[in-house]
Amino acid sequence: MIQEFKKVWKQYTIGMVWLLGLLWPMLGIHADGTLTFQKTITIWSYILAGSFVCFMIYIMKSGSSFKFIADPVSRAANGVKSASAALPIWVWITVAVVLALIYPQLAGRYGTDVAITVLFYICLGLGLNVVVGLAGMLDLGYIAFYGVGAYTYAILNVTYGLAFWVCLPLSALTACIAGCIVGYPTLRMRGDYLAIVTLGFGEIIRIILNNWMTLTNGPNGILGIKPIGIFWPMFENGFTFEHIWVKKLQFFYYFALGLAIVTAIGVQRLNFSRVGRAWESIREDETAAELMGVNTFIYKLLAYAMGAVFAGMAGAFFAARMKFVSPESFTFLESAMVLCMVVLGGMGSIPGIILGVVALIALPEIFRELESYRMLVFGATMIIMMLFRPAGLIPAKRMGTRSEEKEG
Amino acid sequence: MSLQPILELKNVHSGYGSIKALKGISLKVMPGEIVAIIGANGAGKSTTLMTICGIVPIEKGEIYYDGKLINKVSAEKLPTMGLCQVPEGRRIFPRLSVMENLRLGAFHRDDTDQIMKDIQHSYEMFPILGERKAQQGGTLSGGEQQMLAIARALMTKPKVLLLDEPSLGLAPIIIQQIFDIIAKINKEEDVTILLVEQNANLALQAASRGYVVETGEITLEDEAQSLLTNPKIREAYLGE
Repeated sequence: MIQEFKKVWKQYTIGMVWLLGLLWPMLGIHADGTLTFQKTITIWSYILAGSFVCFMIYIMKSGSSFKFIADPVSRAANGVKSASAALPIWVWITVAVVLALIYPQLAGRYGTDVAITVLFYICLGLGLNVVVGLAGMLDLGYIAFYGVGAYTYAILNVTYGLAFWVCLPLSALTACIAGCIVGYPTLRMRGDYLAIVTLGFGEIIRIILNNWMTLTNGPNGILGIKPIGIFWPMFENGFTFEHIWVKKLQFFYYFALGLAIVTAIGVQRLNFSRVGRAWESIREDETAAELMGVNTFIYKLLAYAMGAVFAGMAGAFFAARMKFVSPESFTFLESAMVLCMVVLGGMGSIPGIILGVVALIALPEIFRELESYRMLVFGATMIIMMLFRPAGLIPAKRMGTRSEEKEG
Repeated sequence: MSLQPILELKNVHSGYGSIKALKGISLKVMPGEIVAIIGANGAGKSTTLMTICGIVPIEKGEIYYDGKLINKVSAEKLPTMGLCQVPEGRRIFPRLSVMENLRLGAFHRDDTDQIMKDIQHSYEMFPILGERKAQQGGTLSGGEQQMLAIARALMTKPKVLLLDEPSLGLAPIIIQQIFDIIAKINKEEDVTILLVEQNANLALQAASRGYVVETGEITLEDEAQSLLTNPKIREAYLGE
């Protein structure tokens, strides 16, 4: 008991000293060469006090000193859990959809803008989920297909004046073709090698966008992309349909929401189909899948192409939203972010990924004042997450204990 | 027993890059038989099965299945033709449920009703799998995983089943169960079995004929009973 006690305190002390060592270079060394200690010590002692209180609470809790509080709390938590389990899943989905529908009325322009970004990343995350979560191929160049989709719409719209709704399937198609072109030579590799090759191809596509001046206008990007046009019923001169541009952010939000819902349903259907099963078998054991009669190459290529299709559609919406595309929007960092969202939320789990996206897009917006510490907090969050919930915020049910009694 | 072998290897060579694992393997499997391939570590037993299935590419020689040359047939088409392997180390899909593992065995089939009946049949044959049908494959014990691997292969409706080291890492009592099941599959399901084993004693008791592989070549071929009594074999593989 005492031995254990000593060990815990020793670790705590080491941790705090380590934190001091980490904090000081960031706060105490200034650009003009002066060194200060005051600020570091102040912040450090705040953290020390805070963590000490947390630590004491933790020790007392594990020593069951809080039983008188913990018991009713856990009972209440269990009550909530069983109540939530009692409600069928469609109730939750309906609540979520209704909330999403009235959201722009509640939030301002800024809130809606952030929400649109979240919706784009949900599409990207769900698309990448097909590649990484289901088929188990680590893809580090995923954002390239987003770029292909965005540029397809931008070029077709600006050069040929094609409408958005014509370009949307074309964007999906070109992204799909790009996916097949990249996938065909690379998918014979496995694991780490595949990750490196996809990273390379992602960069190749970005560099092409950056340097093909005649087609993409290079680093200057393409300006003047038309927003989405729709026919809206008008009642002024009797009942007519009039062509309007979706410029207002609130309206655009609904299109982004529609895209996200379509993507979510698509990925859900794929997940529980025969194709989804084949993908999962490839993720689990490629050789065994082949021995069971799964054509691994075709299914891997299909996963890659499907992921690219979702990214391409999201890209077209992105171009219509921003009215401007440039290669800077499609850097490796974006691929890494989308991958983080998928891993953080829970690979293979649709609600998990949505939560992961919200966490990684919305939270940095909320904590905008702490700008310079965002990446530090981000890194710390990822480490803590991987320690406590290695399978993601909401792990995929299928990987857990999903039963198929209905079918059996 | 008909005269036409269901599986025949003629002078098969294969290997991994510059390493030649098989240097001319020839063997025949007749319909309805259990044939055992025995040999030491690294003799080329598993490579033989992987070459038959097209996972390791064949360099020279011919493989005939049911009278057809299958050298160039890719691995995923073989289960459709009725040739299926239970790979070494079981290789079930660890994070998929038992049920889903079985459904993947039936991946190339589209007769949903019959698949469901066959899954029920697997549960009857392996009651433990029925009890654990919603459990993840990776949480099963070694013996249960081996049963799942066999059941999964049977879901492909094979005519010939290739078994690679079914006794690997299992307790003796479980090994006996597995071999009882193998004999039962052979008799009741009418499946021809090609068995690769290091446990020569057990394999030869279950089999009707046996081949001895050494460094990529067949060194001996005989009835299983006479191999069991062969003094050389007893010395080299049965530890006497």
